[in-house]
Parts: sequence; structure tokens; C-alpha cells
Amino acid sequence: MASKKKKTTPEQLKYQQLQQKHELKRPVLKNCIKAFFVGGLICMICQAVSFFYIYYFNFTEQTAGNPTVATMVFFSMLLTGFGVYDRLGQFAGAGSAVPVTGFGNAVISAAIEHRTEGLVLGVGGNMFKLAGAVILFGVVSAFFVALIKTLLGVWGVL
Amino acid sequence: MLQGHQSWIFANRPMIKATGVSGGPFEANGNLANEFDLLHEDLWMGEETYEKAHRVLLEEAMHAALSKVDCQKEEVQFMMAGDLINQLTPSNLAARTMQIPFMGLYGACSTSMESLALASFIVNYQGAKRILSGASSHNAAVEKQFRYPTEYGGQKPPTAQWTVTGAGVALVCENDGTKGVPVTTSATIGKVVDMGITDPFNMGGAMAPAAADTIIAHFRDRQIEPSYYDLIVTGDLGRIGQKATYELLINSGLKINSNQFKDCGLLIYKDNQPVQSGGSGAGCSATVLYGHLLNQMKKGIYSKILVVATGALLSPLTFQQDESIPCIAHAVAIETEGGME
Repeated sequence: MASKKKKTTPEQLKYQQLQQKHELKRPVLKNCIKAFFVGGLICMICQAVSFFYIYYFNFTEQTAGNPTVATMVFFSMLLTGFGVYDRLGQFAGAGSAVPVTGFGNAVISAAIEHRTEGLVLGVGGNMFKLAGAVILFGVVSAFFVALIKTLLGVWGVL
Repeated sequence: MLQGHQSWIFANRPMIKATGVSGGPFEANGNLANEFDLLHEDLWMGEETYEKAHRVLLEEAMHAALSKVDCQKEEVQFMMAGDLINQLTPSNLAARTMQIPFMGLYGACSTSMESLALASFIVNYQGAKRILSGASSHNAAVEKQFRYPTEYGGQKPPTAQWTVTGAGVALVCENDGTKGVPVTTSATIGKVVDMGITDPFNMGGAMAPAAADTIIAHFRDRQIEPSYYDLIVTGDLGRIGQKATYELLINSGLKINSNQFKDCGLLIYKDNQPVQSGGSGAGCSATVLYGHLLNQMKKGIYSKILVVATGALLSPLTFQQDESIPCIAHAVAIETEGGME
């Protein structure tokens, strides 16, 4: 395999330094604070929903996860459809992208976007174009974590 | 006539007899809303898909230009247009409706000046009496192709730019001696410049060297000073690209004044609109030039301007394959007939 990084010529380097001076930087600290609070708020709502399922239905702390996730994804889909979630995303960044609501947004936004190309090839073929990578690497990493846990159990470490 | 290395002089001074400009809801809330012929309050524009809505923008701009001078589409020899969508779909669809012999052009956001330069060249040498030349973009259709779904909640960095929903069209005609009509006098075709910028959310920064290269070439070829023009306006460099271009021009020894150097991407929207570094897209330079700037020329505020439309020639594929962003810029000089010589 050839090296992916091409050599930068001195002329390119000189311009890139000039450009760096003018480039507007991401306000990292401000973004982190906003992400912390919005992300925290979303998780707090999740916790409330989870308690709701435990107290009003026959769910335990272990089993309440599934209906909670489904409810939150449903809410995020509604917000995406009403055109609110992308604005929240611009404000909160990772705060609204990392929780499960961000996953729901990635799925439904792609589905809405490609509705014009039909249900099968459009919605079906493109729904997971953003979230597909999350599912793939999520499942693969879960497999390896479970494998390590099992092996540690067999060896008597855990 | 070729002058210098890469510039044309249009001795017969083709006229921009009429222009048509259409826009979307975001532009209607912008800084230049009054300069549009037609504005839509809905991104769908009564169509089923964004691509079809994109086509409507271009068709309406063309009809607007033709109706201003009572010209029938049968009297137009050629149509030259382009956009940012794969295979120039919206322009092709509009050409199907218009039934005017068609040449599709792709220069990303520099398409507006690529097509005006070529149209002027053809008209200048009697290749046509009338040519419709234009460019268009549609925010949602372009985002769909180049970036994420429109409703996806990803955070855009402050270097990102907002794709203009709009089309700008010029009816380029043989000069019939009418006074006060803008004419094209020269053009400089740019070369592709790549300074190794890879961030697709910083297109202004990537395009700046191409803009500077074409501007420097224009003044070298034409052997004039920047003070010849009242205004040198770039297409969609945005905040970062404009500052970088200005610095490159100053470093090259060109005596350019910051007051005479503007950017369409910074003119079109209000400061409080969430567009990060400014407007962009093939429709950006086309709507601002054919609407706002030519109106200003007709009012006599400017009599000589140089329009430099810049284009980032990236694709979603090249970005994923770790290519840097190749960029280009084309310049066309527009003067008002009867203006001071």
C-alpha cells in the first residue's frame, strides 16, 4: 500500500501557515461545556423515563433499558422530523450526538432525506448510511469486550 | 483576442442586456432580498424533490431575464449553465424545458464566471447573437450530495459556509450601442491550484490561493493596476478565504485597497443569520452579481468591476480517498457602457 499522506511542498506549507492565521478555531471549551450540560440533560430525561417504566410497569432496573431507549429514539425522531434536532445539534455538538437520541437522529434524518428516491432504494438503501458504521463497530467491539470478559472468567481473574 | 498568457479581451464589448435572479427562503431573510426577481418561501418550491426544485430556480431566473427585454426563448442561440449536482441534473432538466441549444459547464462555484466568460467570447466573435448564461445551487440538494442529510444534527465548525439557494442568469447579447448597459470587456481563465488543504468544512481557506492566482494573472496579462477597477469582488471565499486572499495579493506586491475588495458570500446574508463563515455555492456569485452588483452599476455606484468566482473542485469521493481540495477561479471584467474611460 502506498502511503496515504502525500508530501507537502514548501509552497503549500507556506500557504497553510498563512491560512492558519485567518482560520476561525472551534471554541473547544465553550463547546465542551454546552455538550456537557445538554448531554447531561438528555441523560437526566432518560433516567426519568427509566424510573417511569420501573414504577408504573413491571420493569426492573436491568430490563427498563430497552423501553427507555425506544422511547428516547422515538422522541428524537419526532424532533428530527419537526426540524428541531439539527438546530440542537449545532448548539450542543457531542452533547446531542453521543446519547442514543443522536443515533436515532442519524437514522431518521437519512430516511427523510432519501424518501424522494422511493421506499426501497431510497429509504431502505440509505437509512443506515450514517448509523451503519455505529452499528457495525458497536457490535464488533461488544463482541471483543464480551470475549475478553469470558476469557478472564475462565482463567479465574474475574 | 488573447492577451498575455490566459486572458481574453472582448473588443466588441458584449452586453449583459438583462438578468434574472431567483432565491429561496433563507435568501429572502438575507441582506439582498430586494435585489431578487423572485423569492420562494419554501425550499420545495412546490416540487416533489429538491433536485426538481433546483431546476425550477434556474428556469424561473431564465424566464425572468427573457421577460425583462421581451425576448422569446427561440431568439436565444445557446444556453450555458451549470450547478453542483451530479451530472448537472438540474441544469440538464432546465435545458430540457427551455429547448435552447445547451452546453453544460462544471466549475463548481466558479461556474457563473466560466459560463459568462465563454458566452462573452462566443458573442464577441459573432458565434451567437444571444446567449443565456447562468449558474444555480440549492442548499438542501447540495448538502444531500456533499455532506450529511439536512436534518442530521452534526455540529458545523465556524469555518463552514452556507450553500446559497438561488439561480442567477444573464442574457449576453451583441452590443447594439445602448448606453448605460453593463458590458463584459475581458476575462481571465484560471488554473487549478491545490495548496493541500483537506478540510471540506474550510472551502474558503482552500480556494484563496486559486483566487489570488487568477487575480494576479489578470493584472499581469492586462497590464493594468487594481485601481483601474472600482470593485474587485470574489465569489464565495467567506471570512477566512477573503482575508487569506487579501494577504496573498498584498504579499505579491499588488496595490489593492481593502475597500475595493469584497466577497459575494459576505454580502448576501445578514450578520445574525447562522451561516458561519458566509455564503457559498454556484448560485452565490451568480445571484449577487446579476442582482445586487449589476443594479449598483446601473445606478452608477460602480462603473468597472472585476468578478472572480471561485470553485472548490472536490467531490465526496475525493474527500473520502484523502485527496486534498483542488480549486479554481475565473475572472470577468464588467464595465458600464458610457462610463468614464
